[in-house]
Amino acid sequence: MQEDNISWAQDMRRRIADNDIWYSFTHTPIAYISAIIGLSLIALAIFAPFIAPQNPFDLASLDLFDASLPPSWLDQGDQRFLLGTDDQGRGILSTIFFGLRISLFVGFTSVFLSLLIGVSLGLISGYVGGRVDAVIMRIADVQLSFPAILIALLIDGVFRTVVSKDLHEDLALYVVIFAIAVSGWVQYARTVRSSVMTEKIKEYVQAGQVIGLGSARIMIKHILPNVLGPVFVIGTLHLALAIIIEATLSFLGVGLPPTTPSLGTLIRIGNEYLFSGEWWITIFPGLTLIILSLSVNLFGDWLRDALNPKLQ
Amino acid sequence: MLTFIARRMIQSVLVMIAVGLITFGLLRFVGDPISNMVGQDTSIAEREQLKEDLGLNDPFVIQFANFAKNAVKGEFGLSYTLRVPVSQLLSERLPATLELSIMSALLALFIGMPMGIYTAIHKDSWLTKFFLSSSLVGVSLPTFLIGILLILLFGVVFRWLPTFGRGEVVDLGWWTTGLLTWSGIKSLILPTITLAIFQLTLIMRLVRAEMLEVLRTDYIKFGRARGLSMRALHYRHALKNTLIPVITITGLQLGSIIAFSLITESVFQWPGMGLLFIQAIGNADVPIMAAYLVLIAFIFVAINLMVDILYVVLDPRLRTTVGD
Repeated sequence: MQEDNISWAQDMRRRIADNDIWYSFTHTPIAYISAIIGLSLIALAIFAPFIAPQNPFDLASLDLFDASLPPSWLDQGDQRFLLGTDDQGRGILSTIFFGLRISLFVGFTSVFLSLLIGVSLGLISGYVGGRVDAVIMRIADVQLSFPAILIALLIDGVFRTVVSKDLHEDLALYVVIFAIAVSGWVQYARTVRSSVMTEKIKEYVQAGQVIGLGSARIMIKHILPNVLGPVFVIGTLHLALAIIIEATLSFLGVGLPPTTPSLGTLIRIGNEYLFSGEWWITIFPGLTLIILSLSVNLFGDWLRDALNPKLQ
Repeated sequence: MLTFIARRMIQSVLVMIAVGLITFGLLRFVGDPISNMVGQDTSIAEREQLKEDLGLNDPFVIQFANFAKNAVKGEFGLSYTLRVPVSQLLSERLPATLELSIMSALLALFIGMPMGIYTAIHKDSWLTKFFLSSSLVGVSLPTFLIGILLILLFGVVFRWLPTFGRGEVVDLGWWTTGLLTWSGIKSLILPTITLAIFQLTLIMRLVRAEMLEVLRTDYIKFGRARGLSMRALHYRHALKNTLIPVITITGLQLGSIIAFSLITESVFQWPGMGLLFIQAIGNADVPIMAAYLVLIAFIFVAINLMVDILYVVLDPRLRTTVGD
C-alpha cells in the first residue's frame, strides 16, 4: 500500500513536470522550430540512401563530365544536381546527406559514450566519496583546464602516430568517437556527483542501505533516475559541441578520411576549390553544419531553461 | 594562502609529470627510435652500439629522468622529417602564434567588454537583443567556418585582404613581427578576427552576466538611494566588481586562444606552432608532437596557476576559505 502511494505520487509528479515542459515547448517558437529543423536533419541523415538523388560512393555512376557544375539555378547548372557537383562529379546535395549521416553518427555515439563514462564516474565519485572522489575530481579539474577540442585533437593525434598508416582509415571513425567521448566526460561527472551528494543523505537511500541493498543497486536503480535531468541538458549541448569538434578534426585532416566523408571532411575537400571560384563545394556543407549546430544549441538552451525550476 | 599556493604548485608539477610520461612514451615506444636515425645498411652490432650510446638500454626511470632534464632545457631532438632541432623550429614559429593570439585576445577584450556592459545596462534595447542573438550564432559557428566565410568574402569576392601567410615580416633577431609592415598588418586582420569571434561572444556574455548580478546587489541600491549618478554607479562601482571574474576568465582564455589558434593557423596557412603541430601529426613526426604537447601543457598549467594565485590576491574573502 505504502509503495503504491509513493509510485503513484511519483508518477503524478512526473506527469505534471512533463506537462509543464510540453507547454513551454509548444509555446516557445525557438524551441519547436529548432526541434523541427534538427529532427528533419536527423531524418535526412537516416534515410540518406533512399532520398539522396545520387549515390556519391557508387563510382560507376560518377561521370567526370559532370564535374564542378555550379548549383542548378546558375548558368551552366544542371537540373540533376540542385547544389552543383564537386571535382569528381558527385552531387553536393547527395554528399551532404551522407555527410550528415556520418557527422550525426559520430556526434550521437560520442555523446552517449561520454555520458556513460561521465555519469558512472560521477555516481561513484559522489556515492563512494573519500579518496576515490578526490582522485576522480582532481583528474576532472585538470582536464577541465584544457579545452575539449585540444584534448580530442591530442588523443586523436597520438592514436594516429601509434597505429600504422594502413589501419588509419579503417579505425579513424572509432578513434574520433573515442577522442571526443574522452574529451567531454567531465561535465557529466561533476553534475552527477554534486546531485548524488545531495541525494545520498535522503531517506530513501538510507532505507535501501538498511534493508541491505548493494551499493551498485542503490546507485543505479535508486539514485540515478533522480539525477538524470541535468544530464540530458548537458547531453544536448554536448551534441552540438561534439559535432563541431568532429567537423574541426576532419577539417584539419586528422579526423575522418575522404572515403567516409563527414560534413567537416566535405568542407576540407571543398576548401581547396574556394579560390578557383567553386564556392558551392564548401559553402553548402558549411551552411548545413551551421544550421545543425545552431538548431541543437538553441534546443539545448531552451531545455536548460525549461528544466531549471529556479528560472520559472 | 601559502598552503593553497603550495598545493596548487604541487598539482601543477604532477600534471607536467603526467604529460611528460605520455610524451616520453610516445617518443620511446612509437616506432623504433634507432631506425628513425640510421639507414638500412647499418649492421646490428652498430645499432646495438648506438642504442647503448643513446642510453636506450638504461632502466626506465633513468631514461625518463634524462628525457625530463632535456625537456626542461627545451631539447626534444631532431624532427624526423625536417632534420632540424625541434627547439629551433618551435622558437621560429612561436612569434607568429603569439602575435596572432595576443592581437585576438585584445580585440576580443576591447570589443567584448563594452558590448557586455552595454547589454547589461540597456537591458531592453534592440541593440542588446541583436548582440545577444548574434552571440549565440557566434558560439554555434565553428572557428574554421568563420575563417572560410571571411576568406570567401574578403579574399575571393572583394579581393581586399590576403588570405594566407604572414605577409612581409621584420626580423628583430630574437623575434619576427608582421606588425611593422603594411602587408604584415593586412595579413593579420582576417586570422585575428576569426580567432577573436568566439572569445568575443564569451567575454560579452560573461561581462553581461556578472554586471547584471552586481547591479542587483544591495550596495548599488543604497548608492542609488544616496543619490549617486547612474554613471558613477555603473562605471565606478559596478564595473570594478564585475572585473574580477572577467580577469580570471580572460586569463584562462589566453591558453584557449593559443590552442584554438591551431585551427585558425590551419585555415590561413599561418606559419605558427599550431600549423607545425598539425603537419607533424600528418607526418608522424613524433619529436615535434612531443615538444608541442609539453609546451602547450606548460602554458596551460602556468596560466591556471597564475590566475588562481591572482584570484586569491585580488579577492580577500577567498583567503580565509581556501587557507586551510
